[in-house]
Amino acid sequence: MKAMRAVAMSAGLAFTAAWAGEETVKLKEGPGVDKVRQNCVACHSLDYIPLNSPFLDKKGWEAVVTKMSKAFAAPIKPEDATVIAEYLAANYGKK
Amino acid sequence: MINRRRFLAGITLPTLAPIAGAAEKVWQPSELPEGAVDGVVVEKLQGKVGLIKRSYRPPNYETPIEYLREPITRNDAFFVRYHLSSIPKVDPRTWKLAVGGDAASRRLEFNMAELRKNFDAAEIVAVCQCSGNRRGMFSPHVQGVEWGVGAMGNARWRGIRLRDVLQKVGVGGDAVEVAFDGADGPAMQGTPDFVKSIPIDRAMDENTLIAFEMNGAALPHWNGFPARLIVPGWTGTYWVKHLTNVEIRKTALGSFWMTPAYRIPAGKFKVDRFPTQETQANQPITDMVVNSLVTSIRDGQHVKRGQPVEIAGIAWDGGRGIRQVEVSTDGGQAWVLSQLGKDLGRFSFRAFKHTFKPKEAGEAVVMVRAVNNRGDTQVSELIFNAAGYHHNVIQRIRLEVA
Repeated sequence: MKAMRAVAMSAGLAFTAAWAGEETVKLKEGPGVDKVRQNCVACHSLDYIPLNSPFLDKKGWEAVVTKMSKAFAAPIKPEDATVIAEYLAANYGKK
Repeated sequence: MINRRRFLAGITLPTLAPIAGAAEKVWQPSELPEGAVDGVVVEKLQGKVGLIKRSYRPPNYETPIEYLREPITRNDAFFVRYHLSSIPKVDPRTWKLAVGGDAASRRLEFNMAELRKNFDAAEIVAVCQCSGNRRGMFSPHVQGVEWGVGAMGNARWRGIRLRDVLQKVGVGGDAVEVAFDGADGPAMQGTPDFVKSIPIDRAMDENTLIAFEMNGAALPHWNGFPARLIVPGWTGTYWVKHLTNVEIRKTALGSFWMTPAYRIPAGKFKVDRFPTQETQANQPITDMVVNSLVTSIRDGQHVKRGQPVEIAGIAWDGGRGIRQVEVSTDGGQAWVLSQLGKDLGRFSFRAFKHTFKPKEAGEAVVMVRAVNNRGDTQVSELIFNAAGYHHNVIQRIRLEVA
């Protein structure tokens, strides 16, 4: 099971193991939202994003993305990480 | 390190999905981040009443305040907290508990029948509170699950003493910690598995249990079926669910979930020590700080002059027990003792109540502070820490008297 997920990720496929209900979570449209959807849902539902808003600044969101890849081993490409942090800061960042 | 996979043999793997439910209006503290308030829904996980959904996957669901009015929390209303989203439905017929480690004399496996038959039953009423309960009320806000007041519950846990099981495998004189792993794990290869440890003296404490039952029924799936660790007084992070593996260790556990996770700044709180895990800068979270929750009235509520208003709720701490709960109805100038409810033990919620008859029209500010048997009380100002732990700021509830 785990191996299969790892393969799906490394092939660049968006893998979702969505649970009932989480499809109702709607993120704001904006540049980079596709990268957020592709990367973040591998491990968690997207409601973590609005839940943690709007109080993190760009640095704060960058730290979150770094934590996801460094501490939690999310296979986020460096160029995607930048786009994701920018999207989060622009749409769910400190006002 | 504990190898999870080894003990998953015989455990079926389908995950249980929550049942989607209609959103309902629910009370939340006004301090929560906008995003936590706007996006809130009440959802029913399988076997649960509607709880406040913080995140779908991994499932993090909070108990609405209505269910915290009684000192014992219903199983179907008890909060749910997971870090990782691979949560197997454990088959109790094939489940086994492996107990060993480099400081154990031998390694043994027990099935459920053996554990129940070979060890004396033990029972305790104890609060299980998430370390981050009330994180959402931090100012400034900090990142994490933005909990309100309901990431906690109190139950009568029944099972066996951990120390009896440890003694069966033999505890070496060089043992310093005991580590615990459960059947749940990460969705992604490489994400650290949730493994926790406690000091050897806490593991050998008569109150530390391996519980199979909660309030007279089997543990709900979402609360750790078929067995979970009970560490009375200490925060929920140590109460490992779906327990599969116990390891008596000669060395401190270095898992991500011990460090850097679940840390508080060194020396900022008056709490139990955990020497093998302490650094100069920080220490692991341990026991709960003294706290209380008013459940009978809400901020902004309208009441009538001369009519009695019941100020009631629950108080708890990290195991010294509650000595008294003080109530002020004038914004903290004068304090009176409330009436305490039945004592269910020093690790339990303690009910309190006080009847207030407002004499004058206008605003009456109600405040409540619990005091434990060591003399510790709640704080007026938040002790800020980046992870959002130990929020026990005295509540201020404004009543509009007309």
